[in-house]
Amino acid sequence: MLTLAQQLWIGLTNGMVFALIALGYTMVYGILELINFAHGDLFMLASFLALTLVGLLGLATASGPVVVVGLLGVVLACAIFAALINRTVDRVVYRPLRNAPKLAPLVSAIGVSFVFQNLGLFWGGLPLDVMGGGLAAAAPKSFPDLIPSTNLLGDGAAFRITAKDLVVIGSSLCVMVALWLFVTRSRLGKAMRATAQNPLAARLMGIDVDRVISATFLIGGALAGFAAVIYGLYVNTIKFQDGYQNGLYAFTAAVLGGIGNIPGAVVGGLVIGIVRALSDQYIGAQWQQAVVFGMLIALLVFRPQGLLGANVREKV
Amino acid sequence: MSPALRRHAPLVLVALLVLYPLLPFLDWAVTAIFGVRLQLDRQIINVMIFAILALALNLQVGYAGLLQLGIAAFFAIGAYTTGILTVDKYPFQLGFAGALLCAPVVAGLFGLLLGAPTIRLRGDYLAIVTLGFGEMTRVVILNLENITDGPRGLNPIPEPVLPDWLRDGLDRFLPADRIDLAAIHWIVLAALVGLLILMKNLERSRAGRALVALREDELVSGCMGIDPARTKLTAFAGGAAIAGLAGALYATNLRTTAEPNTYDFSYSIMVLCCLIIGGLGSLRGVVLGALVLLSFDNLVSPLLTRALQEQLGHDSTSVFANFANWRWLIFGGALILMMRFRPGGLWPARKREVDPATKADA
Repeated sequence: MLTLAQQLWIGLTNGMVFALIALGYTMVYGILELINFAHGDLFMLASFLALTLVGLLGLATASGPVVVVGLLGVVLACAIFAALINRTVDRVVYRPLRNAPKLAPLVSAIGVSFVFQNLGLFWGGLPLDVMGGGLAAAAPKSFPDLIPSTNLLGDGAAFRITAKDLVVIGSSLCVMVALWLFVTRSRLGKAMRATAQNPLAARLMGIDVDRVISATFLIGGALAGFAAVIYGLYVNTIKFQDGYQNGLYAFTAAVLGGIGNIPGAVVGGLVIGIVRALSDQYIGAQWQQAVVFGMLIALLVFRPQGLLGANVREKV
Repeated sequence: MSPALRRHAPLVLVALLVLYPLLPFLDWAVTAIFGVRLQLDRQIINVMIFAILALALNLQVGYAGLLQLGIAAFFAIGAYTTGILTVDKYPFQLGFAGALLCAPVVAGLFGLLLGAPTIRLRGDYLAIVTLGFGEMTRVVILNLENITDGPRGLNPIPEPVLPDWLRDGLDRFLPADRIDLAAIHWIVLAALVGLLILMKNLERSRAGRALVALREDELVSGCMGIDPARTKLTAFAGGAAIAGLAGALYATNLRTTAEPNTYDFSYSIMVLCCLIIGGLGSLRGVVLGALVLLSFDNLVSPLLTRALQEQLGHDSTSVFANFANWRWLIFGGALILMMRFRPGGLWPARKREVDPATKADA
């Protein structure tokens, strides 16, 4: 019983990261109907930036208050970095293809994804101490353990809750609430929802659709940048292939919640996190991918509108 | 090029490829020119097998417009079917011919199985389903160690044997290893040429035109009496079967199924790259694409790396100094640039001119 509860807790914490990435997928899909394949790899690049900054600032050996301030700076830098890259890619790569056949932007996004992965490989080969001195570029990089991971319930306790878990969950929730308030309350958020419902009508109502799309890519990128720092701090190892797998899991989460549906992405992320943890515990870690992808296929076949059922309407 | 030469160029090319195994001195010449042993004999077979795989994907993506991101799965299924039917571990031991017949059937059945429930999904969802299936297949093959020997792969797979009369004839003027090479070379070549002829005919047949019509406009072609789901499913299963054939040839050529991680997502994307670079729906383009891609990996990349490392000398351990590490930057960049500036590919499919008489009516 306690094992089950522990796995649920681990799954929930992991799920927060998937949820944050899934939000980026779902927001872009809601507006452009584009599976932004490169989103996971953007997340990976941001995690490499986070590691580089942590190394340059020397946070691994700094004292408590410095670490907190430094981490806030790293989060900010990564969010801005990922947001700007995401928007630039949209401007340069996807925007010229808005009127092209639907598969063209998807193929381009796959191209961007591979370019990002390759850049991640090169980044890992930079001659920095945190990157292992640039010797083995493809090897996993260890991310310093900046937040204490001692058990808050005491050393001998059977259930394990760490400060790290609480930081991950707490900060992710704050970001999600902020996003929700932005989308439901602000003027730009309203414009986003309108564009997602019907881009043409939104344009006729005087909404600058291009600006809305740019904003969507900025916000999705910033969330991925934030998730990248959280992921590095929580998992403590990053590698250049991380983006691909986590991106696919997050995409599964977005579909699970009903793609285009913002609260759905969060729910989906948590579900994926939990499914993953349970399958690792009860089926075996080597089957993890098969379980998640099997779920994705079954979901798309039987319930393509997702659990919460967003408005999936084939536009003819 | 004069029109006559243009018309006969493919025939000349095929004739050269048929004769190639009989001319062992070509390899020595190439080795002498480039200064490295390039194993041209094996590379030609690899390019032809890759071209068959690309033709399979072309049937699905190029003609039918079904974005399939898991072609490697059907390739793997073909390879492993061959493995299971031929290696000593299992009682079947059908030999090369039997495996070559069964592999496409098994892969095609998997294609039907996956396609039947999912073919109606919208384009991008289908892409994700096939991607998921591709990764799942790889993981399952890797984990079912009792059946597939896990990371070691199934081996040794027996090589094809030429009929005795031919073997005896060749024995007189070719070394033994060259005769083995000739067998697999001719079989792969026959498969490729046969497939190209089949595809060429498909382009002009009712079924092929139905596929292209569906790709261009599903609603209209549905109204014209084409059954979208059925037509697409046929193309999907057909592509899967051809990929299975390619897998059987691949495993036979390597004499092992190779490790399961060979058949990963990036392999599927490499095949897709080959279509996009060569030209979606263009047979010449697809073969050209296979040639370009494999030449980059096996010819350009090693030669550039060698040149680069000679220049740098001391810093040769760096990631940047090995050109193989640049391949995804280059392939990914190629996908982006092709989609933006040349969506038809390097050697695009020719569009049939509309008859001026009917055009005036429209």
